[in-house]
Amino acid sequence: MIDDALVADLTRSETSLRRFLLELPGVDQVGAEERARSLATRSIKAASKVWAIKTAISMVDLTTLEGADTPGKVASLCQKARRPDPGDDGVPPVAAVCVYPDLVGTAKRELAGSAVAVAAVATAFPSGRAAVEVKLADVASALDQGADEIDMVIDRAAFLAGRFGLVLDEIRAVREACGPVRLKVILETGELATYDNVRRASWLAMLGGADFIKTSTGKIVPAATLPVALVMLEAVRDFAVATGAEIGVKVAGGVRSTKDAIRYLVVVNETAGETWLDPAHFRFGASGLLNDLLMQHAKQRTGAYVGPDDFSLE
Amino acid sequence: MTWEYSSAPEGAQVALRESYGLFIDGNFVEPSDDATFATLNPANEQVLAEVATAGERDIDLAVAAARRAYEGAWGATRPADRAKYLYRIARLIQERARELAVLETLDNGKPIRESRDVDVPLAAAHFFYYAGWADKLAYAGFGPDPRPLGVAGQVIPWNFPLLMAAWKLAPALAAGNTCVLKPAETTPLTALRLAEIIQQAELPPGVVNVLTGAGATGAGLVAHPGVDKIAFTGSTEVGKAIQRATAGTGKHLTLELGGKAANIVFDDAPLDEAIEGIVNGIYFNQGEVCCAGSRLLVEESIADEVIAKLKTRLARLRLGDPLDKNTDIGAINSAAQLDKIRELASAGEAEGAERWSPPCTLPERGYWFPPTVFTGVAPAHRIAREEIFGPVLSVLTFRTPQEAVAKANNTTYGLSAGVWTEKGSRILWMAARLRAGVVWANTFNRFDPTSPFGGYRESGFGREGGRHGLGAYLDG
Repeated sequence: MIDDALVADLTRSETSLRRFLLELPGVDQVGAEERARSLATRSIKAASKVWAIKTAISMVDLTTLEGADTPGKVASLCQKARRPDPGDDGVPPVAAVCVYPDLVGTAKRELAGSAVAVAAVATAFPSGRAAVEVKLADVASALDQGADEIDMVIDRAAFLAGRFGLVLDEIRAVREACGPVRLKVILETGELATYDNVRRASWLAMLGGADFIKTSTGKIVPAATLPVALVMLEAVRDFAVATGAEIGVKVAGGVRSTKDAIRYLVVVNETAGETWLDPAHFRFGASGLLNDLLMQHAKQRTGAYVGPDDFSLE
Repeated sequence: MTWEYSSAPEGAQVALRESYGLFIDGNFVEPSDDATFATLNPANEQVLAEVATAGERDIDLAVAAARRAYEGAWGATRPADRAKYLYRIARLIQERARELAVLETLDNGKPIRESRDVDVPLAAAHFFYYAGWADKLAYAGFGPDPRPLGVAGQVIPWNFPLLMAAWKLAPALAAGNTCVLKPAETTPLTALRLAEIIQQAELPPGVVNVLTGAGATGAGLVAHPGVDKIAFTGSTEVGKAIQRATAGTGKHLTLELGGKAANIVFDDAPLDEAIEGIVNGIYFNQGEVCCAGSRLLVEESIADEVIAKLKTRLARLRLGDPLDKNTDIGAINSAAQLDKIRELASAGEAEGAERWSPPCTLPERGYWFPPTVFTGVAPAHRIAREEIFGPVLSVLTFRTPQEAVAKANNTTYGLSAGVWTEKGSRILWMAARLRAGVVWANTFNRFDPTSPFGGYRESGFGREGGRHGLGAYLDG
């Protein structure tokens, strides 16, 4: 389905790639932020809210990316991922658990027999400052332990220096290493700074073979924002028109409340379209968000608010 | 998977009386000859209230009350105290924002999202802005001691009923004038609610009077010899009649009339935002906007892409119950306006332009028209020349900046224009050549009380908003 000829043509040389990226239509900052603000005023109530909360739960990549992560912490997170609300059979499992490569084995064991995927951040996450051989070894180690998804970071230094070909080559190398394993490419939009750069990096990642483009590592502020998600969703929409390929979007960092999550789903729905409203097309990289979704889901189901201590803290 | 947003109606209930009198000399009074008319909810054609028709005697009373206030209490009010009254009105509008927004949506048919996020906040902002000017008029650029004009007769349209009342009253009062306001026949309710707010703010009686009625009431006010200044916003046809009626009378006059604005998209435009600007330009307020971007001029090299993106975007517009917080397109204000839109759209088809609307179901009751795009429009077509005042976009193409300017200026109007390009120098080049009172760059239909608004040629004269807006109410 993918229009390989088009991709090959755009990426045949550094010059053609550079020309293509720099000639993408610009993003007017005021207009993009205004559009995001306007979509954020959508009022999602009743049945449409319940649907949105459940869908959002199924889109969560439950994440722990700390130096202090232990097998015990990851194990408890995996239990949560399998069955976020043991008191409610209507609550789906999350999409994935996201950990550092050394904990992939633990997560795989804990999630055996479930539909929850194990995602590993790799390629010298979060800074990406290592030789390409080191990054590929990082990916290989995660894959060896059975990672189902790889979240790589792009080389922001190369991107900001205008060396787009270098960024592309690295993404392609990781893509090749991953084979059929789902590849998410983290743009770290907080370091790219402008929406024009976000759009260019989105196309670069998609041309390199990303299955998902992802906003942030969560280690840099600002992480995901609504206008950034809007620009990325416009990119995947346009990429689908040009090539037929449906690339997913993952927002990570800073999405903490149900209200925020629903706003993202509205932007997804009204930008890329309803095809993108499933875990194969959209993800939330988050930890605290899940409990808020569960609380709001219980509220919608029972009519009464429950407290934060009614759900487990991992 | 489809995700249908559940209905999300604005919950605020608004108390409506069965009938409304005239607001004269600080009180609501019955009209002298008992004439009334009904104001409808255009979304379902139900009667909202009966409203008084002001006759000649009522106009006399209102103008006399305004004169007494001008020569009496209001004239004696210190400028800083005039400011206090205006600040008070602004705060009361904010406090009663939900009520005003719901009422505006009921009476006009516009989506609650727009009345809540645009009309009402901007109305408050205008009072806040002009309150600040009341004691600084000597610094407004109209001489060291500019004087008010006297009694202002103000006739306003139905497309932004409360906001237009604010545009008229705030600068007039800040400058020290007194006012007789005539809201449009189909949308009198928020002006009457504003009269209540003016009572609540304890303005001296007669400073603001509100006379409801149809064209005859407006004509009577315009012709009244006791009025020093006429300010009118509405159609070019009525504007011309007013100019004839006031010629030779010595009355000051400002007119804000129709438009047929060009929204010009170059091939280096920020495309996604331009699409939003096109949508906001012509489908905001159902296109019932005098400065609407009703002619899309798009560079031929990107025309297909722009039209394709525009159609995708329009398919996502939500048309329906104006009180639903997720509605993007509400009802047309009146049966008469709907007829006019239908007539012009039919003319577009008959003249050979290609008509397109996204699939959408129109409610059975009420006045509705789907968002519509005409492509293949020639400059000679009626839909490219006449103001439609509805959600109908005419798409034309151009090849060079010179051609864009020539086509944009090829209209009898001159109210607004939009330019979309990432090239700053081109924006300035275009703005210098476009014959329009307002030129928006990489945005459209953006309003702010600090920015003057108004047209020239058949779009009228005089400015509202900003320092310039004071000029309409001062004798410098």
